[in-house]
Amino acid sequence: MTAALRLMAQNPLIPLILLLFLLIGALELLQPGIVNPRWISNTLKFAIPLAMLAACQTLTMLTGGIDLSAGTVATITAFVTATLTPLIGVPLALTIGLSCALTAGLINGFGIAVARVHPLIMTLGTALIANGCLLVYQRYVIASGTKIPDFLVWLGTGRTLTLPNGLALFLPFAALILWMQYRTGFGRLLYAIGSNESATRLSGVRRGPVHFALYALSGLIAGITGLLYLGLVKTPSLSLALPLDLPSVAAAVIGGTSIFGGRGGYAGTIVGALILTVLATMLTLLQMPEGARRILFGLIILTVTALYIRLTEKG
Amino acid sequence: MIRFLTQNSWTLGLAALLILLLITTKLIQPDFGVSGLDSLARAALPYALATLGMAVVVIAGGIDLSLAAMMAVTSVTAATLMQGTTDGGAALVVLAVLALGATLGAINGTLIVTTRVPDIVVTLAMLYVWQGTALLILNAPGGSAAPWLRALIVGGVTLPYIPPALTEWLPKGVVFLLLTLAIIWLPIRRSKLGLMFYAIGSDPLAAFRSGIAVGPTKIAAYATAGLFAALGGLAVTMSTGIGEPIPGPYLLTSVAAVVLGGVTLGGGRGGLIGPILAVFILRLVRMDLTLLNVDPNITTIIEGAIMVVVVMFGAVLATRGRS
Amino acid sequence: MTQTLTQAPILDAKGVAKRFGAVTALHDASLTLHKGQIVALMGANGAGKSTFVKILTGALRPDAGQVRLQGRDFTATSPATARRAGLVPVYQEPSLIPDLDVADNLRLGNTDPVKFRHWVNELGITDLRLDATIGRLPLATLRILDLARALAAEPDVLLLDEMTAALPTDLVARVLQVVRRQANEGRSVIYISHRFTEIAAICDRATVLRDGATVGDLQIEPGIEDRIVDLMLGGQIAPAATTTIRATTGPTRVQIRNLKAGTRLTDVSFDLRQGEVLGVIALEGQGQDELFDVLAGNRRAASGSLTVNGTEQTFTHPAQAIAAGLTLVPGDRAHALLMTRSVRENIALPLIARFRNWGAIQMHSEATRVTAAIDRLQIDTRAMGEVRRLSGGNQQKVTIARWIAKGVETLLLFDPTRGIDIRTKRQIYALVRDLADQGAAVLFYTSELAEIRLACDRAVVIFNGRVVDIIDAADADEPTLMRAAYGLKASA
Repeated sequence: MTAALRLMAQNPLIPLILLLFLLIGALELLQPGIVNPRWISNTLKFAIPLAMLAACQTLTMLTGGIDLSAGTVATITAFVTATLTPLIGVPLALTIGLSCALTAGLINGFGIAVARVHPLIMTLGTALIANGCLLVYQRYVIASGTKIPDFLVWLGTGRTLTLPNGLALFLPFAALILWMQYRTGFGRLLYAIGSNESATRLSGVRRGPVHFALYALSGLIAGITGLLYLGLVKTPSLSLALPLDLPSVAAAVIGGTSIFGGRGGYAGTIVGALILTVLATMLTLLQMPEGARRILFGLIILTVTALYIRLTEKG
Repeated sequence: MIRFLTQNSWTLGLAALLILLLITTKLIQPDFGVSGLDSLARAALPYALATLGMAVVVIAGGIDLSLAAMMAVTSVTAATLMQGTTDGGAALVVLAVLALGATLGAINGTLIVTTRVPDIVVTLAMLYVWQGTALLILNAPGGSAAPWLRALIVGGVTLPYIPPALTEWLPKGVVFLLLTLAIIWLPIRRSKLGLMFYAIGSDPLAAFRSGIAVGPTKIAAYATAGLFAALGGLAVTMSTGIGEPIPGPYLLTSVAAVVLGGVTLGGGRGGLIGPILAVFILRLVRMDLTLLNVDPNITTIIEGAIMVVVVMFGAVLATRGRS
Repeated sequence: MTQTLTQAPILDAKGVAKRFGAVTALHDASLTLHKGQIVALMGANGAGKSTFVKILTGALRPDAGQVRLQGRDFTATSPATARRAGLVPVYQEPSLIPDLDVADNLRLGNTDPVKFRHWVNELGITDLRLDATIGRLPLATLRILDLARALAAEPDVLLLDEMTAALPTDLVARVLQVVRRQANEGRSVIYISHRFTEIAAICDRATVLRDGATVGDLQIEPGIEDRIVDLMLGGQIAPAATTTIRATTGPTRVQIRNLKAGTRLTDVSFDLRQGEVLGVIALEGQGQDELFDVLAGNRRAASGSLTVNGTEQTFTHPAQAIAAGLTLVPGDRAHALLMTRSVRENIALPLIARFRNWGAIQMHSEATRVTAAIDRLQIDTRAMGEVRRLSGGNQQKVTIARWIAKGVETLLLFDPTRGIDIRTKRQIYALVRDLADQGAAVLFYTSELAEIRLACDRAVVIFNGRVVDIIDAADADEPTLMRAAYGLKASA
């Protein structure tokens, strides 16, 4: 037993994957036959945008930060792209949409890297401002109608051999993030800054450029997620990615990334996103009222994190 | 005296800024007077109470993302229970809701202490839990508030035997806030418990080694925050007359006001006067913009930008001061 | 008072064991302390000393064994219960609240201010204000305040953990006097220190831990040091580094002229040459911290010049100092290490610091460099994984290994042997000498005067922010250094 616990502590992915299968098992018990290829494909389809947005949280949390503007940034990119497409065409609309995301990321980066504002406050503030801008923008363009680029719909809702097309975007994306976090200097620096900022400085690392690049990257990832989610939901709205906002933090936390930095990684986050998606299905199946869903959601984040802390401290 | 001035220079600066803003308001809107102050105080009250709660936990080295959700829970509980009660019944409800708030806060604190999960994660999770609870109690705005409660925070102060003209300019909302501070915070600050809040926020290991029971102290800090949240929830119900299950935008404002008010995120430093002044400053800015007939959406943008810039400026100053 | 009562030990720990997961920290630790005695608790790093201290003071619960205080079974559940039972510890890191003032700290610990004031005066600090904020006081003062607070509680058993580690020499003498007097008045003291001179001066007995067990309980007498070292090392003593003091004729690597920084470093000039180990000696707070910070680019000088390899430099960030070849091993390991990361990532950190190294890491060449550094420093990586799980000595080696892997030109060592065991110390002396022989320049601040002769070629003595003397290691016996450190010029 203790040996098993130790194994889990050394590799936190194992208990997470066990939990995922436990939840799937419970789902099958609740409604026999639900777990089939089509369901798996659907689950993946909804988990992909969540996992992508959670990449923003994972990367920023590694340095001890957080990006609470990710959901808003995703929404803005999607909304701007959808409203501009009928006016100026797909390529230009995409470019402008993604530049909005990058700009928001750069503003975050500026505040955090140069002015040294706490990331939680800085990104909340950016979200607030960005949301205001979106409301103002909306009043000028809503009349012109919206159009969602076809390839986004293909990515968001299409299937190939029962698997969602979103994987065509997600698999390279995940591989890139995983490679970046372990095998590049930039990735290592994220961990280093989160683990001990003064030690990192004394080793000759300039923290500013790292934070600047990190939050800009986070903004860009949020923007791309917004586009994918747009293709999935197919109706641009001012609260498009809002349902993903807090779950993206939850996915990273469940996945074992320490909110204080220096520990964790994207592999756990992917499993975390899957767990949350399966859980959402289960709650819908049980016809939980919205209130009870939120309560359960909160309790699960808490329990999983507490369990995870217990396990890693044992070793 | 000089010592007092230097130690409180930040707070005094905030007070000066507030006065400056009030003068500006008067210049923009020459009609601005008693009723303007009153509505400012009433609008600021829930924000101020949320900020007080946030300030206490931040001083004790934590952060409570669930404050606004706790305000929602207490607001709907109060509004639901008060429907159709007598004045006396409503008084009981008020006491019960205050106890409920302290309990919610204590639950947050206990979870943080026993699970050893970081504050920010626990309160993020509890944000969902309390939001859900509020929705289960009341899934749309509703309920009611006793009229005498409403009268507590509306209008100017009138005292027996003193001509109303002398006291009327002072909004009841401000008096309510000051009384809250005097009744709840002052005794804590003067007692050893207050010192213990600062101690665990400043250096938990040193506090533990000084023989302080860090866990229970932390729970007490969260319970105090819960109490302020309950007052905030009541203030919402008092000023709108109904219970509000969807939490208002109190989170960012309270964090920004706490930082602007001179309480260091990370704990151990600052007081509660600064954050209150900061809340009024932030609210007054919004009010001025509205008076200037600025589009409400643009007001939101400007308000957010101001909060961010102010916090940025504060952060720059803080890093300068350190090196 | 009957004979048996006075004979019974006041503190008696037997067979104490503690495991952390798979690691056994203690398996058979014991300690006996009689009334009026001072017992030194000794052990190399990793011997289990800190775990034992935590158990004695109630910060940890033992898995097995028994602790008896004043004849009664005693397992403290928190520092507060230990305090009530009459055992008061003074830890290595001050346990005062940084953001509160002195008076509030006393109120928190229920300390009598009158008694506290008495002890503060007794310990040699006369200008203390009770409304001074703790965080603004120097470390040495804090340690004295911590001790005074413990003494004011009038404990039966006082536990002092490396009490003199950060103290200037005059305060050390005061502390030793006061502690000895406590014992003479019938209190008992557990004294943890790496400094043999202090132990010889005040302790009655020494209890030696090795690998989680008590391996000796010795009477302190002249010449006992060798025996204690034997016990601590388990008979496998590495030979002391033999100092080969040479004429230092290498070209000047770093030239410092009239350097001034902060309030304490007023005017320092000296040369550091290639191939030499230059010691720095100073009492606490004479400007040495500022000097090292300026050299490492961690702080800007107010005036004066710094020339490296003939080029004048002004560093605004450590990255610039590193580019000029100046690399710092700070005094506090907590400022140097990524505690949650692996040994490898810690050592490889400077290799990826520059923007141009943000891309893919050459895993193979990195592994080669890291392994070479680990081998060279003989870092014990059995507990591979997070650095926080290593012993203090091994952690210190990791901070040095980082620069070995990067390639050392000019190494700035700030008290690198503080609080680590004698064996690691000797390894560090040998390594420093080796690096110098290979052409590095080493600046070596130490709080232990004896180390100058063990590791350095010359020593710069700083007093009051100025260089007061430069002494060749051959002449640097402890009395000479001591006089110089106090600003007393040799009367020659």
